[in-house]
Amino acid sequence: MSARPIATTRSAAGIPTQRLAVWWIIASEIVIFGGVLGSYIMHRLAHGIWADYAANTNPWIGLTNTFILLTSSLFAVLAHQAAERGDGKRAANLLYLTCLGGAMFLCVKGYEWSYEISHGMTITANTFWSFYYTAAGIHALHVIAGCIIMLFVAETAKKNLELHRVEIIGIYWHFVDVVWIFLFPLLYIAK
Amino acid sequence: MAESIPVGHADEHADHDHHEMTFSEKYIFPLDHKMIAMQYMFTGMFMALIGGFFSYAFRMQLAFPGMNVPGWGVVSPNDYNALVTNHGTIMIFWVAMPVLIAAFGNYLIPLMIGADDMVFPKINRLSYQIFLLSAIVILAAFFVEGGAFGGAWTAYPPLSTKAEYSLTGLGSTFWITAVFLEFVAFLLGGINFITTAMNARAPGMKMWDIPMVVWMIVIASILFMLSVGPLLAGGIMMIFDQQLGTAFFDPDRGGDPILWQHLFWFFGHPEVYVVLLPAIGITADVMCVFSRKKLFGYKTVLYTAIGTGVLSFTVWAHHQFVAGIDPRMANVFTVTTLLISVPIAEMLFVYIATLYGGSITLSTPMLWAMAFIFEFLIGGVTGIFLGASGNDIYMHDTYFVLAHFHYTFYPIAIIGTYAGFTFWFPKMFGKMMNDTLGKLHFWLTIIPFNMIFLPLFVLGAAGQHRRIYDFTNYPELAMPWQQDLRVLATVSLCVMLGAQLIFFYNAITSWISGPPAGKNPWNSNTLEWTAASPPPHGNWPEGLPTCYRGPYEYSHPEREEDFWPQNEPA
Repeated sequence: MSARPIATTRSAAGIPTQRLAVWWIIASEIVIFGGVLGSYIMHRLAHGIWADYAANTNPWIGLTNTFILLTSSLFAVLAHQAAERGDGKRAANLLYLTCLGGAMFLCVKGYEWSYEISHGMTITANTFWSFYYTAAGIHALHVIAGCIIMLFVAETAKKNLELHRVEIIGIYWHFVDVVWIFLFPLLYIAK
Repeated sequence: MAESIPVGHADEHADHDHHEMTFSEKYIFPLDHKMIAMQYMFTGMFMALIGGFFSYAFRMQLAFPGMNVPGWGVVSPNDYNALVTNHGTIMIFWVAMPVLIAAFGNYLIPLMIGADDMVFPKINRLSYQIFLLSAIVILAAFFVEGGAFGGAWTAYPPLSTKAEYSLTGLGSTFWITAVFLEFVAFLLGGINFITTAMNARAPGMKMWDIPMVVWMIVIASILFMLSVGPLLAGGIMMIFDQQLGTAFFDPDRGGDPILWQHLFWFFGHPEVYVVLLPAIGITADVMCVFSRKKLFGYKTVLYTAIGTGVLSFTVWAHHQFVAGIDPRMANVFTVTTLLISVPIAEMLFVYIATLYGGSITLSTPMLWAMAFIFEFLIGGVTGIFLGASGNDIYMHDTYFVLAHFHYTFYPIAIIGTYAGFTFWFPKMFGKMMNDTLGKLHFWLTIIPFNMIFLPLFVLGAAGQHRRIYDFTNYPELAMPWQQDLRVLATVSLCVMLGAQLIFFYNAITSWISGPPAGKNPWNSNTLEWTAASPPPHGNWPEGLPTCYRGPYEYSHPEREEDFWPQNEPA
């Protein structure tokens, strides 16, 4: 097995390959979430009664989670800044803080869901709750995936290697954040 | 995964340039784009044999109801449903997609743009492994309780979501899981193709110097990526409906079965163009080489392909004219559907103009390429009948529809693949194929193909509905002339399937003992023909090529030779 293919080092379009790839990943993710949320919005418009179901969601918990995710995104930006300066150690620490934000988000979500499920608002209760758990669940999977990848990136960044990856995972993390910005008003605020 | 051989860690050996690769590194877990392409190609061909066998089994039942079909046995109604469903699913998702996009894309993109590999070799390998897993899952469905899914390849609810209707509680979940995994595999692969073509091009290769087939695979990957998301979401909803008891698609409990149709066809119609465009691209390359002419209107083809791609997102509801959508909405979709035939016709005209005045060699790949134009034309023209909503209400779900889309998919998936395979066979295996056997195989495939599906147009126009297991139960559909046409179609199918043995014989004997091909047997311009045949690991160990001009400079007036390779300095 020879060293890395030369293809991986080329940049004919003038954009680093990894950044290009993450934007294409995000493009394909937008249509995945677009499919879920588009279906949800169409149903919501057709069923006025869903407003009553949605009244059972707790906007304060949603707001807390929004705040947590936005803060973690700030750490991702700071990590990128540190990586640009070549300070891998600081970048890694900031990425750990970002991960901590993701973990807190998931804990709050777990608390919220266990409360709702124990009060009869399960995924099979009605179609509103099916959409609620499916949309937020797919988003939560992205949070988990982002955290896992971020731990790997931080591991190499700590040794001052592959620092460009800090920016890539940051772009992805901002996307996960933006999806939540759409989910929060649609699932919690619109009553 | 069946193989349990440990994977060699590529990174550990990064500093040994001439590390001898183990068998599993080279053939089972390769990082080399050519070997991954071969994995896709052979998996696709294996699945094509299975899909072809399924069509044989259910066509025998249609021609000779209740017969003990050799190789399958008596086809029960449940068998019949599972066979037609999986024939469709396998032929589109496990044959057309892996062969046309993944195999040709993996093989051709790095070679044609002058790179030594894809930009993400490990993601490439992962993509194939997920694809292989999905193929195992779809086949495994035949061995679970209740058998494989039998609710048609479109999987409309409630057939797909309620076990009491489809009688395949597990089979339907296997089906949607396999389709889901397959999409994930192609999303990973597609990102690789797009970024490779964008970023890893040889020095000097500008946008308009990229060979058409690479452009088409890239456009197809973008189309796939932008259309499959809603169906991935729909797949999750369907699995929840089947296994958790949610009601996304159940109108009794607040859901909507039409939602699935929208999610499916929003992907399903662009999907036609996802597999069509690579075949169109292959045809362009083959035609220019064997007519020794520059492609008539390179940019025209490109712009019409992009136009087709954009329009393909606006036509999906023409599959749902009888599903209860608003007739005013149906009018809109009729207009967009008829519009999309304009760019496609434009492409076919460009190809005919390319042939005009060329010095045409009727080699085997050229025959396939020309057959593609001819047969696809029939598919396109019959599509206009079905795109008009008024007419579609009569034609919907008849054999006319079935014959129509086989006249599109067959040229794409079979004829286009054979054009590409016979054209690049010398590059892939370093040997020439036997031209006489190739032509025999061509005629014994094309003539029976038309004899299968032309009768089905007639039967469909006479009102023969799809998805009927035994026509003897319907006296008005079991008249002697109708049964005769069914027998004709089935016999033609058997001849056509048998003729594929010629192809396999030809490919295998040529691979073993064909005459050596040399680097550039067709006197072609594009970069892959400047590498050794077959190209070694890294493609050009002596140094990667530089590009100086467009791919189709044939019969240039200022040159003695009638071709002008892209890497030759002026």
